[in-house]
Amino acid sequence: MTVLSSPPVTEAPTGTRRLLLAPGPTLAEHLATFGPLPVVDDLAAVVEQSDLTGRGGAGFPAARKLRGVTRLGGGVVVGNGAEGEPLSDKDRVLLLSAPHLVIDGLVLTARAVGAKEAYLVTARPEVARHLRRELSLRRDRLRIRVVEVADRFVSGEESALVNAVNGRPGLPSDRSVRVYEKGVKRRPTLVHNVETLAHIALLARFGAAWFASVGTADESGTFLATVGGAVSAPGVFEIAHGTPLASLLSWAGADAHHPQAVLVGGYHGAWVPGHLVGSTRMSRASLSAHSASVGAGIVAVLGRDRCGLVESAGVASYLAGQVAGQCGPCINGLPRMADALQRLARGERDPRLVDEVGRMRQLVVGRGACAHPDGTARFVASTMHVFADEVAVHLGGGCSVQAAR
Amino acid sequence: MSRLHVDWTRCDGHGLCADLVPEVLTRDEWGYPMPSSPDNRQLVVGTAVMEHARRAAEMCPLLALKLVS
Repeated sequence: MTVLSSPPVTEAPTGTRRLLLAPGPTLAEHLATFGPLPVVDDLAAVVEQSDLTGRGGAGFPAARKLRGVTRLGGGVVVGNGAEGEPLSDKDRVLLLSAPHLVIDGLVLTARAVGAKEAYLVTARPEVARHLRRELSLRRDRLRIRVVEVADRFVSGEESALVNAVNGRPGLPSDRSVRVYEKGVKRRPTLVHNVETLAHIALLARFGAAWFASVGTADESGTFLATVGGAVSAPGVFEIAHGTPLASLLSWAGADAHHPQAVLVGGYHGAWVPGHLVGSTRMSRASLSAHSASVGAGIVAVLGRDRCGLVESAGVASYLAGQVAGQCGPCINGLPRMADALQRLARGERDPRLVDEVGRMRQLVVGRGACAHPDGTARFVASTMHVFADEVAVHLGGGCSVQAAR
Repeated sequence: MSRLHVDWTRCDGHGLCADLVPEVLTRDEWGYPMPSSPDNRQLVVGTAVMEHARRAAEMCPLLALKLVS
């Protein structure tokens, strides 16, 4: 009798270190840590049970996208690692440190939707090189192409990404174009953020119950957070949904003193004022009080030595400069909004500037092909609300940060 | 329920649509179409002005306006 050697039993990761558990990025380290890629009969069912949401920012249920493209058939799968948001670093870190989890996720979802080709998109040449090298070491039947896109804010928007893969300029399409129906090569296209794909690779191995064993009742699992700004140890942290914001900040070495404010969700996100950091958690329920969301997991700390109005005006100007140049209200409105904010920040004592900021916000919302005008308006609304006192000080000819020096 | 959809990637702010269906659309300060009433951000078209809306969509020189249901 021959005893077949059974595959080594790989234990499911405990705690919140999951995606970044392997000691290194190689295929051998990946297999030793997580075990081989299993065959899953009904991936969409497992993903649905887990309540996994997209980790690219919008937070759409991953299973719904998967089922949508499966139903249409003949699909294409795209892993989105474009990461156009300058404050985000998690996709780069994930692709460099756990490329095989992302590739596994791509292989699994391609099998589930019946796709014969797949794409991995990044805006960074060093990541593209790394992915091509790691892909060459695998024996997947799926054809996976690495595509490099321009590094701009709107590059990661789904339709912009699909346009770039199709060889056209990587700019967003009109909302009537639905990539899940007509995307890459006009075929039904499933676009998942690379972190979402990596979670799927773990879900397939360890199951939905394991996945949801951390997180909150509403939001399951872990996510990658990029913490930056006034902290001594900036970087990417894998945390559970519902983690206290203060804990995350302390791991990143934030000043023991209360930060002035914390930007959550990136440049399209919102500010959490310093005195409320202690009562805020990284969950939808807690962040909604600040009109913020976890988004793509970006957290940036504003130190006490910086003026919130000046910093925010800088962000608004950056966002105005990232307009794709297609939609009139955004082309005209974002620079006007940023200009009014800059003039307030510089100390122009004209109260009409506050009205002008508000008017431009109203004028751009919902009037573009993509979410750029809406996201920018949300950030500016949060700025005017959280730094209302600072705006008043500037209108009086001062600046509370400069006064404190 | 029918509504007007503006394809912002095509719209050039020509402004013809605001003249043809002023009940739904007006122009912003740059000439781009905007809701003539702040309560109608979705650009819903009532049956009374359906014909006007259809004509506005047909006559848009850049095919940027669509009547959708």
